[in-house]
Order: sequence, then C-alpha cells, then structure tokens
Amino acid sequence: MKILVCITHVPDTTSKISFTDNAFNTSGVQFIIGPYDEYALSKAVDLKEQHGGTITVLNVGDAETEPTIRKALAIGADDAIRINAIPKDAGFVAAQIASVAKSESYDLILMGRESIDYNGGLVHGLVADLLSMPCITPIMKLDIDGTLAKMSREIEGGKESVECNLPFVAGCQEPIAEWKIPNMRGIMSARTKALKVVEPISVVDDVVYGSYSLPAPKGACKMIDAANPGELLTLLRNEAKVL
Amino acid sequence: MSVLIYVESNGSEIKKSSHDAVSYGVQVASKLGGTATVIAVGDIPQEQLIALGNFGATSVLNVTGGAFNQSNPSATAAAVIEAAKKVGAKVVVLPKSTLVDSIASKVASQLKAGVVTNVTELPETSSGFQVKRSIFTGKAFATVTINSDIKVITLAKNAYQGTETGGKATVEVLALSLTDSDTKVKTTNVEKMTGELLLTEAEIVVSGGRGFKGPENWGLLLDLAKALGAATGCSKPVSDMDWRPHHEHVGQTGVKVAPNLYIAIGISGAIQHLAGVNSSKCIVVINKDPEAPFFKAADYGIVGDLFEVLPKLTEAAKLLK
Ligand SMILES: Cc1cc2nc3c(=O)[nH]c(=O)nc-3n(C[C@H](O)[C@H](O)[C@H](O)COP(=O)(O)OP(=O)(O)OC[C@H]3O[C@@H](n4cnc5c(N)ncnc54)[C@H](O)[C@@H]3O)c2cc1C
Ligand SMILES: Nc1ncnc2c1ncn2[C@@H]1O[C@H](COP(=O)(O)O)[C@@H](O)[C@H]1O
Repeated sequence: MKILVCITHVPDTTSKISFTDNAFNTSGVQFIIGPYDEYALSKAVDLKEQHGGTITVLNVGDAETEPTIRKALAIGADDAIRINAIPKDAGFVAAQIASVAKSESYDLILMGRESIDYNGGLVHGLVADLLSMPCITPIMKLDIDGTLAKMSREIEGGKESVECNLPFVAGCQEPIAEWKIPNMRGIMSARTKALKVVEPISVVDDVVYGSYSLPAPKGACKMIDAANPGELLTLLRNEAKVL
Repeated sequence: MSVLIYVESNGSEIKKSSHDAVSYGVQVASKLGGTATVIAVGDIPQEQLIALGNFGATSVLNVTGGAFNQSNPSATAAAVIEAAKKVGAKVVVLPKSTLVDSIASKVASQLKAGVVTNVTELPETSSGFQVKRSIFTGKAFATVTINSDIKVITLAKNAYQGTETGGKATVEVLALSLTDSDTKVKTTNVEKMTGELLLTEAEIVVSGGRGFKGPENWGLLLDLAKALGAATGCSKPVSDMDWRPHHEHVGQTGVKVAPNLYIAIGISGAIQHLAGVNSSKCIVVINKDPEAPFFKAADYGIVGDLFEVLPKLTEAAKLLK
C-alpha cells in the first residue's frame, strides 16, 4: 500500500500567539507536527506494519520546516517531499499537493482533520476534489481489508460507520492511532532518508491574507463566595445577561 | 449579486447555527444589493422551511430523497452546487458543523471559488470582499480578501446572532439525481444520541473534569445541567477514562464549543482544553484550587469544593425562571 501523509509545521499548542510587522512572531516558538497530522502519520505507520507498503510525508513549506519533516521520517515515514513555498491559504496548498499526488497514484492520502494554525479544515477536501477522490473526515477509526476501508466518522452528537474503496483522502483525529515516539534507530535513519524538494506550481491568489489581530484581553475574573453560589446566577442573569 | 445559504437540521429541527447563517446571508445580500436564497438538503418538515422566513429568507430550495441527506457530504455538496448555479450565487454561506468542512471544500472546488472558514463578522464590501476569520484556535484573527468571482464562506459558531424579523419563505423542491461519485462512501451504521442537547449547538454548556473523582459523581453535574437547560461536556482525561463518552470531550482534540455560557467544574484549564472553549461569551470556573489556570480565562469564578458548591448551585438554579 502506497500512503501519502500531509503534515503541517505549526506552533506548539502552548505557544503565545503574537504578530510583529503583520507577520506571526516566531521568536521563542517551538514548532511541531500538527497534532491531527501526527494522528494521520501514526495511523499510516500502523497500516504499514499490518499491510506493508510505503509512507511518504509531504509538507508545503520553506526550508524552516525540514526539522519537522525529519521528525516525521523518524516516526516511520520512508521518504519525504517538501514543496518549496510558504503556505498562503488552503486553496494554494491543496493545488500544490494535488499537483504532486496526481502522478503518484497513492492508495491512501491521510491528513489531519484541521491544521492548528489556520484551522481551515479544507485542504483534504480540496485535494480530494482535485484528484476526483472522495474525502472522509473527521475519522476516528480506520481498518483496511483488501481494497475496502471501514471507518468511523464523527458526526454531530455521535459517530457513524462508513465504508469506501481505496483510493480516497481522509482527515484524521483522535483516537485513530497511538502517537509513536521515535526511537534511536528511527532518529538515526531519518537523517539519511530521501527528502525531495519540489518547486511550487503557480496558482491564482483567490484568497489573500491581509492583517492579523488579537482578541480583546479578558477583564479580571469576578470571584463569588462559595457559601452563596446563588449570587453567581444573579450576576449571570443581570450583569452578563447569559441566563 | 445573489447569496446562497446552506441550512442544516439536527434530524428534527433546523439548527440555531443555521438560523444565524440565514440572518447573516440575508445581511450580506443586502450589502451587495442582491437576493438571498436558502438551500436545505434532506427531509426537513415543510413548516420549518417556511419558518426560515422569520430570519429574513424569502425563498428556500429543498433537495430530498434517496441519498440526499446530510450525512452524505458529497451528495449535499452536489445539491448546494446545483442550487448555486441555479440562482447564480456569488456568495455561498454555510454554518460551521462537523461535516460542513467537507461540503464547503467540495462546493468551492467545483465552483472555482475561493473559500474561507470560521468567519466571525459580516464582510467588508466597500472595496473588494474582506472577511475576518478566527485562526490559531481562537487565539487570533485574520482579515482576508477573497478575489474570486464566487466566494464560499463558513460562519463560526455563535459569531453572528440571528434576528427574528417575522415572515414566511416560499419553498420549492429542486429535483436532482445522484451521480456515482456521490455514493462512493457508504454509511453502514449511525450511533447518535437522541433526546440530548447537541453540545455544539447549546447556548449553555456545563463541563466537568477530573475533579469529579469518578463517573459515579456525574449526577451532580447532570442535575445542574438539567436545571439550566444546558448540554454537558468534559475534559479529555474524563473521556479517556471512559467516565463520559468521547463525543463530549471538549478541547483542541475534541469538540470546540462557543456557547453564551460555559461552566467549567473541576477542570484545571490546560491550554488544550481552553482551545476548545475560548470563543465562549461568558466563562464560569468552579475549582477548589485558587491557582487553577482556568481562572485566568474566566469571567466569574468560585473557589470551592465542587461536592459542596454544586448541590447549592443546582438548588438555586431550580428556583430560576
Ligand atoms: C496534544 C494534547 C491535546 C490535548 N487535548 C485536550 C483536549 O482537547 N481537551 C482537554 O480537556 N484536554 C486535552 N489535553 C489534556 C490537557 O493537557 C489536560 O491534561 C486536561 O485538560 C486536564 O483535565 P482536567 O482539568 O479534567 O484534570 P486535572 O488537570 O487533573 O484538573 C483537575 C482539576 O480539578 C480540581 N479539583 C479537584 N478536586 C476538586 C473538588 N473537589 N472541587 C473542585 N475542584 C476540584 C483541581 O484543582 C484541578 O484544577 C491534551 C493534551 C495534549 C498533550
Ligand atoms: N502546508 C501544508 N503542507 C502539508 N499539508 C498541509 C499543509 N496545510 C494543511 N495540510 C494538511 O491539510 C490538513 C487540513 O488543513 P487545514 O485546511 O489548514 O485545516 C492538515 O491537517 C494537514 O494534514
């Protein structure tokens, strides 16, 4: 089985988000593989163990993302592709991924349910449409038997079982697989695994990011005496007007 | 400049987030000097479609039958695309939901439209078409310009409040047939809770963490939720330990909620939990530890033992109304 896993290179969830000169301020920020993308990668590693095959990881990003890509190789991907462009928006990224995937006939393309920087939830759906494949998201379970995949997909207030034949694109989330901790051998071999750099195709800028802003700071938390919690309800009704 | 609005039902009723989207779409249409049309997919009671007029819609298209139901995002997208073509839509508005991302991406791709999700305000249309959207899981906003002829946007939960204007919409059935590609994904089983308030739609959410010590104490939380008419959520360890079902887990890896009121009880307020709740209008924290980080994100707080505070709070809540 030939699997493609698309990963983002994003600020660690505990990062402080700020902007300087209208660009994301990366100072002191640690970058990680997007958490949902890491579920996708971990699932790919499990599938390879069960069924054999190869795992390629792909990132659309500049050279700064290479340590993140190497980490994915250490976790268990066989090789990597970096499309050398700053990810401008979901449409741009999807066009890049599809242009590479088009000629590779992957059996399965796994992504995260969403990135944690843009939170678009779009790239997998867009790639699927560009490749004329179905997109199934967000999935929490995936088993493959021959060419048939059985999945569990989250729906509002529950889940459903769905089936689909390969190939398709899926957006992954917990608890699809356990995260893998790279071992020493993985880390050593990751250094020598192939990381191919591909130049981007040109895409019309349908969506252009302009300026960034932060939410208004929270006012101080008003404390209520534990002996009289009824007071809370009065405030919620008369002051906050949410009851 | 025609605007198309997609509405979703929760099985029996059109969701609040869809009502908000209708009001929003009607506003966008009036800004652009155009008309707004609604597209509803699946068997939704006729009177509910007519009642969308109450939120400003005048015309509703309904695609029903066969696989045209909401749990088939591919067929739903096909219906939205067909409706968009029929009315010559320049803007398509969809309310955020679990499956809406797959619908929005397919609609945008097929209509060669630029797509922006999690939009939080009405667009600025004086020069071009700019929208504000939430990024970094609610920790920041970006203003983006959509340049394509057709624009697809999804509206963040609770970002825009629907207003009731009174009125009735006319409903027209749009006949459509399925293509093979719409039936590639087959649903074989659905496990959906019924009779419970949908966490993502609720105006009040009461959520519990490890501070409850065990599932046997959850009754305390359920009683309060019942008294307030709230949906219930939990922190990740709680669902990991199977005290509560997985779909109740709120946070970065779970459900993201944006209710008017979020009450967090016995939850420490880890950043990954906050990521799922920081769009809530008002946050209340009840925790015995005054240093719990959640208080920094809260509007109101009670420092106390939940086992003592909750019964009193529930009694007081029962006296409300
Ligand atoms: C990648 C990643 C993703 C994650 N995603 C999520 C997510 O989506 N959602 C999520 O919730 N977590 C998530 N987590 C876990 C998160 O970091 C925290 O571990 C978790 O939120 C803690 O849950 P808790 O607050 O219930 O438990 P604890 O941190 O153990 O806090 C329990 C709280 O209860 C209080 N308490 C105890 N007894 C009482 C009492 N009698 N009365 C009142 N208060 C009491 C304590 O003071 C304490 O503050 C994630 C972690 C990682 C690494
Ligand atoms: N720059 C990128 N490079 C590779 N994959 C990406 C990139 N951006 C997004 N993806 C994939 O698409 C998924 C959804 O992203 P998004 O639409 O931004 O929420 C992510 O979880 C990744 O799997």
